[in-house]
Amino acid sequence: MQNSKLKIIETNKLNLFYGAFHALIDVNLQVKPRMITGLIGPSGCGKSTLLRVFNRMNDLIDGVKISGSVKFENKEILSDAIDLITLRKRIGMVFQRPNPFPLTIFENVAYGLRIHGEGSRLVLDEAVQKSLTAVLLWDELKDKLSLSALELSLEQQQRLCIARLLAVTPDLLLMDEPCSSLDPLATMRIEELMNELKKEYTIIIVTHNMQQAARVSQECGFMLLGELVEFGDTKQIFTAPRDKRTDDYITGRYG
Amino acid sequence: MRDTKRTEKIAFALLLAATIVVVTPVLIIFVLILFRGLPAITSEFIFAMPREGMRAGGIFPAIVGTIYLTFGTALCSIPLGILAAVYLNEYAQKNWLTRVIELAIINLAGVPSIVYGLFGLSLFVAFLGFGSSLIAGSLTLAIMTLPVIITSTREALSAVPKSFREVSFSLGASRWQTVRYVVLPNAIPGILTGTILGMSRAAGETAPILFTVAAFYLPRLPQSMYDQAMVLPYHIYVLSTQVPNVSVKIQYGTVLVLVLMVFVLNIVASYIRAKFRKKKTW
Repeated sequence: MQNSKLKIIETNKLNLFYGAFHALIDVNLQVKPRMITGLIGPSGCGKSTLLRVFNRMNDLIDGVKISGSVKFENKEILSDAIDLITLRKRIGMVFQRPNPFPLTIFENVAYGLRIHGEGSRLVLDEAVQKSLTAVLLWDELKDKLSLSALELSLEQQQRLCIARLLAVTPDLLLMDEPCSSLDPLATMRIEELMNELKKEYTIIIVTHNMQQAARVSQECGFMLLGELVEFGDTKQIFTAPRDKRTDDYITGRYG
Repeated sequence: MRDTKRTEKIAFALLLAATIVVVTPVLIIFVLILFRGLPAITSEFIFAMPREGMRAGGIFPAIVGTIYLTFGTALCSIPLGILAAVYLNEYAQKNWLTRVIELAIINLAGVPSIVYGLFGLSLFVAFLGFGSSLIAGSLTLAIMTLPVIITSTREALSAVPKSFREVSFSLGASRWQTVRYVVLPNAIPGILTGTILGMSRAAGETAPILFTVAAFYLPRLPQSMYDQAMVLPYHIYVLSTQVPNVSVKIQYGTVLVLVLMVFVLNIVASYIRAKFRKKKTW
């Protein structure tokens, strides 16, 4: 843990508006590498929006205005000079609903490499095996790579989506409620996978499931109405929150 | 209770009656054409040149002319229409300019076809000097079918789930890569269906080709795209109003050939749609 003092993401006075709606208010956050950082809060608190700032996915929405600073490995990513393609290669995203393309399993995992110009079958084969192995799907699916990805179970699909992401060798994984459409058993197994992945990757997970944040994250932030109310060690957040609003939320008084 | 049952019965009867009223004329027309036209269909009728001022012989040049014209139209309008639709749906920002363009396209679809014919006459035939020719006719029909193609392509593009685009972008794909590798492949069935239907409509139009390509009587095949050509819809018009003493058999036979050609296009479109709908699972 010699890297733990470093920060991979750092935001400073981050504000975001959807038109007139103030969705993120003065967010100051530091995310450390090689661990899981959780973001919790009620629906509409801005946690998904915050996550989508890190890979600039909010660019796709008309009428979004962002001010302040967001640094990824000490480089400002809100500036126009940043190369979005490189940024998104290094910061991957897992979405709420498993969303494999209607392609074969192989082509799903190979997609990212293909669009980045990798044409060699050998390299693709190797990357597909490596990525599927990392999400513990290889043994199950190695003989079914030409099957449509849509025939997999939801859990397998979500694993496949993570594998598709790992194939482009990112450093930071953004997970937007990755288990919200899975059953409890599948959720548990995905969480185990996250614990494996954190050895090599940094993970930020947004979840409405407080127990999940408590189980998997090492550091955790609580958001409410666009503000990052409290951020710190997960144990401390859940056992001795400093802010009354955090206390109210985790003890179930609202949300 | 009894009242609900009675209204239910009345509603059912009304709806059924409306459907029958709609379907019956179509069936009658089709059966009529089939029975009166079928005796005319011989290999000579299909593959021979017309003789005796179109009162005998075949309609081969009109069939070939229609095929050339439809292909020419497809060649001009499909690429242009798809590209415009991709731009409007995937690239253009929603502002007043795109709204004006969208409104213009919708209105273009409602312009009477004779207006396209006159437009083609003044632009392609006269101003650009193509004369009455296959290329002038194709371009005129292409402009007429563009709104249909753009609208149906946009619908097909919009039907591709937003999440596919998001994933693609999140993996670092550019907008064009996303369109090329994710959006278009999943929209192709819808695009094909719409464009084929547009083509089948173009194949049956008379007004736009009246001044731009159609030849009254030309018992040979067109040699280049700058040639005039006989075309089925106009030929039908000529046979039924301009030439005296044409046997009813030949008139109906010609109509049957055109109806069948359009019918085949429609069946192809339905087949593609049905085939891909089965595969679609999102």
